[in-house]
Amino acid sequence: MNLSLILLAVFDGVSYAALVFMVAVGLTLIFGVLRILNVAHGSLYAIGAYLTASIGGAVVAAGYSPILAFPLMLIAAALVGVLLGAPIERLLLRRIYAKSEVLQLLVTFAVFMILEDVQRLVWGNQPYFESSALQLLGNIQVFGVYYTSYQLVLLPVVALLTLIGLRLFLRRTLTGKLITAVTEDREAARSIGIDADRVYLMTFVLGAALAGLGGALASPTTSVLPGIGAEMIVLSFAVVATAGLGRIEGAAVAALLIGLGRSAATYAMPELQVLVPYLIMLAVLLVRPEGLFGTPAARKI
Amino acid sequence: MLTRTLLSATILATALGTGAAQAQDKPDALKIGVATFLTGPASVFGVPARDAAQMLAEEINAEGGIAGVPLEISFIDEGAGGEALTTEYRRLVEEEGADIMFSGISSGNCMQIAPLAEDLEVINIMWDCGTQRVFEEGDYDYVFRTQSHATAEMLAVVLYLLKTQPDFETIAVVNQDYAWGRDSWDIFSTALKAMKPDVEVVGEFFPAFGAPDFSTEISRLSATRPDVILSTSWGGDLNTFVQQAAQRGLTQQSQFVLPLAESSLEALGPALPDGVIVGGRGDHYFAHPEMVGTERFDSFVSSFKEETGAYPIYSVFHMVQAFEALKAAYAEAMEENGGSWPNDQELIAAYEGLEFQGMGRPVTIREGDHQGVEAQLIGTTVQSGDYPFATLENMMIFDGAELTTPVGESSIDWVGALSPDFVEKIEPTTFD
Repeated sequence: MNLSLILLAVFDGVSYAALVFMVAVGLTLIFGVLRILNVAHGSLYAIGAYLTASIGGAVVAAGYSPILAFPLMLIAAALVGVLLGAPIERLLLRRIYAKSEVLQLLVTFAVFMILEDVQRLVWGNQPYFESSALQLLGNIQVFGVYYTSYQLVLLPVVALLTLIGLRLFLRRTLTGKLITAVTEDREAARSIGIDADRVYLMTFVLGAALAGLGGALASPTTSVLPGIGAEMIVLSFAVVATAGLGRIEGAAVAALLIGLGRSAATYAMPELQVLVPYLIMLAVLLVRPEGLFGTPAARKI
Repeated sequence: MLTRTLLSATILATALGTGAAQAQDKPDALKIGVATFLTGPASVFGVPARDAAQMLAEEINAEGGIAGVPLEISFIDEGAGGEALTTEYRRLVEEEGADIMFSGISSGNCMQIAPLAEDLEVINIMWDCGTQRVFEEGDYDYVFRTQSHATAEMLAVVLYLLKTQPDFETIAVVNQDYAWGRDSWDIFSTALKAMKPDVEVVGEFFPAFGAPDFSTEISRLSATRPDVILSTSWGGDLNTFVQQAAQRGLTQQSQFVLPLAESSLEALGPALPDGVIVGGRGDHYFAHPEMVGTERFDSFVSSFKEETGAYPIYSVFHMVQAFEALKAAYAEAMEENGGSWPNDQELIAAYEGLEFQGMGRPVTIREGDHQGVEAQLIGTTVQSGDYPFATLENMMIFDGAELTTPVGESSIDWVGALSPDFVEKIEPTTFD
């Protein structure tokens, strides 16, 4: 394997990692604050993708400029966060914070199943493909191989901005600090007067919107069809578990690790490609059961 | 003593036989159970086929049914999984009293259903099942296939490729990682190496079923630059792969060969570039050059388009074949027995060696192994502007008999023993 092939594998790995990170970061944010592993995150991703692909397709078909696809992605993400995220947290999750983890997992799984059927009802079984946003940005040639600017430049940049933005938001803004406080110690935060309910709601809406944005960003690169949510949630779990639950920077590193591992496998041993993310997760968890960046939970009492 | 026993056994058998035949009164309805994918990725074939089944049943019933007996159709969802399929199948046959079953699509399901149908003694028509293994590994009385199988389908594509592009040197494959993806590549590569021994396979990729992203494979292929890239993928996977490859110029670099892409022509729209070799699992195409202009074909295509909003694809035509075979088998069985309603054995006898015509060239069911012999249509895409999607040009229609594995032989051994002169020997009908 020569240098140019290695670089090609790195490009593919980074662009794949960027997409996975966008979904995993919402999942890990929600877990960090709410302590709930949200299986329905996969559906929110899928619905973000469906909204962008179907509305985008209609907009382009009606003769409007494909550049509208970009603001549409943000709108789709916001719609997912507000119209789906908010009711799920308020009406459902709020009732089960005190319940056992198994029950919480089952409830979010039920939401996932319901939303899967909702997608089928609304969008049917046929795949959607709407790539005007991607085509608009054109191609870049590297070592004689064409890449789309969308995947090679835009996706990694958006992922990086999300990472930096989240970091600044959590460290520099009041709301962010409140979220961090609740993440650190729920009870202490409550006792000094932080409205934990509001923090939970905001976090969940933000996390859901990130899932929707992940789907929206993925939609021009792939067919949107039933089942993409399940695929993504399994992979995001692997990323989040590798990183350590609740670790945002960790999710970025783990996504990169898994993305690069996967593309290296496609070049060296294609047969292993599907397994690689889980092999990496297994290797990490064997050595550090709390994940790469996780801290062992201190026992209270 | 022995003679007497034999004699009485014969008399008894004859008595039973005629007794059974006389007892067959016309039922109130002919109950047909149809297994097809209503959910999951394969519903891209399954749902149009269900729509076709409903249309065809309505059409037959409007004409008074089969010899006055109306059809009653119920559906099973193959997408619910193998276990649910067999349970539902059993229930339809044993409790609902289904008279005949049309099942199924997926290779795994076909292999499971064939022995089950035999156990339940119900006639099962494999209407869209691709695996060649069913009749090569098993011998069934009650199971028939009203279409071709993977071997003939792959062989036709190999021949088309070798006839149109005899000078290519390297090939790579990107197939889905499950039974069909692996088996079809086995057949394709074995046949190709037999007929073109100097060909070099420079890449074999089996991304996960339903993989959303082929970027890495595409980069790898762009760097390797094979002359030909084969993919027997279908549905969403095929659409994703083709779109991503086209976006990144890979379709300009290599000759794409997509044996199942007839079913994706409309879905891919303008994204499918010119010059891609496309097949449709049989001679199935909404603008079949030998069928366009015949009244039945034209009216079916336009009413299907009107009803469902899409042009019919191969799974729809396979469903038509299952129904046409059913009509033909009943007609023949009733002609044989003097016009009374046939029993299962008479119907089986009629299906054996049956010739019928769907929406393509006539199909025959071989007497020896119940395998359907179906012609194969292969063509090259062109964005002509006549439709909002790619259509086919330079079509070839291959006669099915020469491409179907002979009765009792294993497909891999048979195609492996072909020689380069087979390419010249087979003479398809060509169209512009």
